[in-house]
Amino acid sequence: MVRSTIGRRVDFPGTMSAEILSQMELFMAEHTYTNLTNAGPVSVTVRDDKIIRVRPLAADPDDFKPWSIEADGKTYSPPKKFNISPFAFGERERIYSENRIKYPMKRVDFDPNGERNPQNRGKSEFERISWDEALDIVSGELKRVSDTYGPSAVSGMTSSHHNWGIVGYKMGPFWRFFNQLGYTPVFDNPDSWEGWHWGATHTYGFYWRLGMPEQYDLLEDSLKNAEMIVYWSNDPDSTRGIYTGQDSAIWRQWLKEKDVEMVFIDPFQNYTATAMEGKWIAPRIGTDTAMALSIAYVWLTEGTYDKVYIESRTVGFDNFKDYVLGSTDNKPKTPEWASQESGVPARMITALARQWAKKRTVLSAGARGGEGGACRQAFGTEWARLMVLLQAMQGLGKPGVSIWGTTMGAPFDASIWFPGYADPDGRMSTSKAADRRPENPTPQRLYRPDVPDAILNPPYSWLGEGFCGQSLEQQFIPYTYPAEGCSEIKLWYRYGGSFMGTMNDTTKWVDMYQSPKLEFVVNQDCWWQSETKMADIILPACTHMEREDLGEWGTGNGYTQHASNGCNFRVIVRQQKCIEPLWESKSDYDIFSELAERLGFGDDFTEGKTDKDWAKAFFEISDLPDHISWEEFDKKGYYIINVPDEYEPTPSLRWFAEDRNCDTPDLGNPKRTTNEAAQLGTYSGKIEFTSESLSEHFPDDEERPVSPRYIDSWEGHKSPLADKYPLQLLSPHPRFSFHTHYDKHTPSLDDIPGHRIKIDGYAYWPARINPEDAAERGIKDGDIVKLYNDRSAGVLCAAVITGRVRPGIIHAYASSGVYDPLEPGEPNSIDRGGCVAMLTPTKLMSKNVPGMAPNSCLIEIERWEA
Amino acid sequence: MTKFTMTVDVDKCTGCYACFLACRDEFKGNDYLPHSAAQPDSGQNWIRVEETERGSFPKVKISYTPIMCQQCEDAPCIDAASDGVVYRNEEGIVLIDPEKAQGQKAIAESCPYGVIFWNEEKNLAQKCTFCSHLLSKDEQPRCFEACPVSAIQFGDLDDANSAVSKARAAGADEQLNPEFGLNPVVSYASLPKKFITGEVVIKNGDTEECLAGVGVVLKGSEQEQSTVTDTFGDFEFDGLTADTDYTLIISADGHPPIEQTVTTESDVNLGVIELG
Repeated sequence: MVRSTIGRRVDFPGTMSAEILSQMELFMAEHTYTNLTNAGPVSVTVRDDKIIRVRPLAADPDDFKPWSIEADGKTYSPPKKFNISPFAFGERERIYSENRIKYPMKRVDFDPNGERNPQNRGKSEFERISWDEALDIVSGELKRVSDTYGPSAVSGMTSSHHNWGIVGYKMGPFWRFFNQLGYTPVFDNPDSWEGWHWGATHTYGFYWRLGMPEQYDLLEDSLKNAEMIVYWSNDPDSTRGIYTGQDSAIWRQWLKEKDVEMVFIDPFQNYTATAMEGKWIAPRIGTDTAMALSIAYVWLTEGTYDKVYIESRTVGFDNFKDYVLGSTDNKPKTPEWASQESGVPARMITALARQWAKKRTVLSAGARGGEGGACRQAFGTEWARLMVLLQAMQGLGKPGVSIWGTTMGAPFDASIWFPGYADPDGRMSTSKAADRRPENPTPQRLYRPDVPDAILNPPYSWLGEGFCGQSLEQQFIPYTYPAEGCSEIKLWYRYGGSFMGTMNDTTKWVDMYQSPKLEFVVNQDCWWQSETKMADIILPACTHMEREDLGEWGTGNGYTQHASNGCNFRVIVRQQKCIEPLWESKSDYDIFSELAERLGFGDDFTEGKTDKDWAKAFFEISDLPDHISWEEFDKKGYYIINVPDEYEPTPSLRWFAEDRNCDTPDLGNPKRTTNEAAQLGTYSGKIEFTSESLSEHFPDDEERPVSPRYIDSWEGHKSPLADKYPLQLLSPHPRFSFHTHYDKHTPSLDDIPGHRIKIDGYAYWPARINPEDAAERGIKDGDIVKLYNDRSAGVLCAAVITGRVRPGIIHAYASSGVYDPLEPGEPNSIDRGGCVAMLTPTKLMSKNVPGMAPNSCLIEIERWEA
Repeated sequence: MTKFTMTVDVDKCTGCYACFLACRDEFKGNDYLPHSAAQPDSGQNWIRVEETERGSFPKVKISYTPIMCQQCEDAPCIDAASDGVVYRNEEGIVLIDPEKAQGQKAIAESCPYGVIFWNEEKNLAQKCTFCSHLLSKDEQPRCFEACPVSAIQFGDLDDANSAVSKARAAGADEQLNPEFGLNPVVSYASLPKKFITGEVVIKNGDTEECLAGVGVVLKGSEQEQSTVTDTFGDFEFDGLTADTDYTLIISADGHPPIEQTVTTESDVNLGVIELG
């Protein structure tokens, strides 16, 4: 008696052929596959077509050649291992989650040929239908809407990060399909580091990195030269360089053991701060810019800044200096002034400023990989610009003086090219790995933060292409929806379903879904998520362990080129299909292939390729074939790109500080190989205390002035609204899930009290509150509390009373994966899933800056009695 | 002989819970007979991470302490079991025989560390095995493998060159809850204790300044300790005994010394101390 792959008992006859026996052994044996998550490479053990174990990729120790860094007589070298993020250990649970979408589904009261009942989206239940019926309805609606209103009436959008791989990533099949069909794309916004994109680019360029500086070799530079690190609105131990798992955790341990002084500025004593200890300074939300200006004030008045650097490497300093000293507004930006704003004692600001000037100091400001609140709030541009300018005053680019998130910048061999999902060559719609590269003919666009406003109340206008890195000027292009000659959106094709937890004032998304303006809504995903139920037809997709793919750990490249230097070992992984797609799910590639087939462009879509053929095609256009054959790579499952013995570090911006040509491998830098290679990407080519790009395009903008200013938040502690809602909500990126992913679908995460707290069997999202605020409201630790304001009737959370937040602040992570309205389908219902994004404003950062500002959010909190 | 154990450095632990999740991945739904039966879907934390918050705003310290089977020399679970179903194997690991221990709830109830769990469905007490099924294949315990900062070490205590022997020699020799009197083999470094902190400030006219470099001495029944204030005028004494009277003396040049009695009933934040 043996078990077959599908778990049924099978009786074999008494005598078996050798062939049957060897097939049986294959079924019975454990097999280990290689795969890759957004948090690191894994070995996947499968027995009887069932995943039984997911562990960090068990590579042959002989394949690792660890780099080493010598500093102060000590050698630093990483162990031969891959440190994946904690939630990736939950991958097996997530794949077999009860929340998987198992079958194609149709909303029970949706009839494509009769009553559609859009008002019941989010309310009505679903019934199982066949794939044929589902694909017929979806392809039929795509054709009907496109034929009736034109292709601009079709829109859709993917979520990020739920799977890994370049064949099957969100930019792959989805974009190829819709480019061919024609549709209205939705511009993404750099929602995790807004202020850097819309602000810092106008100070030091790096628009090709969306405002974040190159990070090359800053680990070595910091180990050798840094005497102090100021972490400002940055929690790298939680946000982990986005994709690079926990590989950088040991770097910070090294720096701690080296007694590098550390300071943490954040209203929440974040996890990096608790691990590193050091000094914790907790300003009010919205006042970091005031603190930064007062640090500049101390340096200006005490003469402790790098005057030669200011003279030779920057422009427009006098304007800035006048403002800081108060010559223009009679308001010197003293530490006492900043103290009034921030609640941080003036003596502390002065002490910090003096120490910063005295020591070689790394500024670890929350950008990509840190994602704190300061760059994601009203006028967050000003703070991000000041981060650059403060370091400019101390000689940015000199040894030990850098802007470094502490999550990237290990020694790295950039000479071997491998495409990431964000590279045009890493997308099957635009890659040279494809024979045909369909182009979307539709000029109309939407903008993600405000999709509901645009759809519900057109016309809607905004500035900028959002996630744009080709030029500074892309930020200034005006758009209006509907575009001239285009239709309003009638069909919404949603791939993923995270937005109730990740966008702002997300009740609006429910309103949008229930609008009759949307004649048809599809949701395609692996799991039931917060938006899934708001569709008419639901298509079940499979995960990256149920299909063929390949990818590099830690980077999508594109606007964050070489982000895999946040990993101790650069590794390309063949993402082997470990199991058959579960239940009736299919790969996204197969779903779009079948839709394309029904719409008459199946062959153009697939080019006759399977997903594995695509994987091989991407492999072949990369530099990997010079190092390993496809056959060996396919079988072995990975290739580690070790750092060469004769490695020469090129620390970020050293070239600029020393006024010589850029010597880093920053591929996106358009000046790098020109005769302007010693210049930054600003108009002047230098660091701009007074921005020349803003002077040219918005000379009179008071909300993003040509030189940065402190501006009272439009929703902050001094707003009139604070009388009614006196608490400020801080909602940074979460620690134990990847945005909404892994939450909800990984039950073991509910047993981590920092992630969810079970009260009477229900796993609530924690809201952290200072003991003082809790006492005033009679709230005890472990109470269920309601967070509310005029935008939301309430979000229920579990109260955690802690000295880790300053009084006046409520800390609750953004990105709950659970949206659980007490009255399903009622937009204004209280949610008990923890979607604090329902409380945050959709108001954009400032008049001409279309960045999200979730951390400018006033609320009240009270005990909830059910 | 082989005597496998773990050491835990609480100072290094970042509270990421990778150890806990790796343990769930290994054992939830997976039998490894004769070593262990599968963990149920929830409720069993063979390794748990305890968060300890000390002090008060803004002088708060958070520690994370991973707690797994402590491998006690005087293991109460062995005593509580009948028919020898809980035993120490040749590698020094205390194991519950998953095939013979059915029905013995006393095993689960015997452990004051709370690391033995009762599986109602299987009628079985269960706990951490140090991944003994992997050790026999020359692999390592999952929690140890998962730890990104080597806060958890694993190895043979009878080998003087093992990571655990070295960690113990370097100070990871504290017992968790020594008051239980069970002689756990698992040992710790930097278990959270009491601390005293304060901030020394001086007034210059209207402005206050943080005073760096001020000598601070702490006298108690133990050895006298001293430190100097840092850039921010902060000083701190950590690792102190609870419920103990200490004398704190702050002496800055040109100022009369300040002497104060401090009792560590809880962690003590003396707040701003202004020099006259």
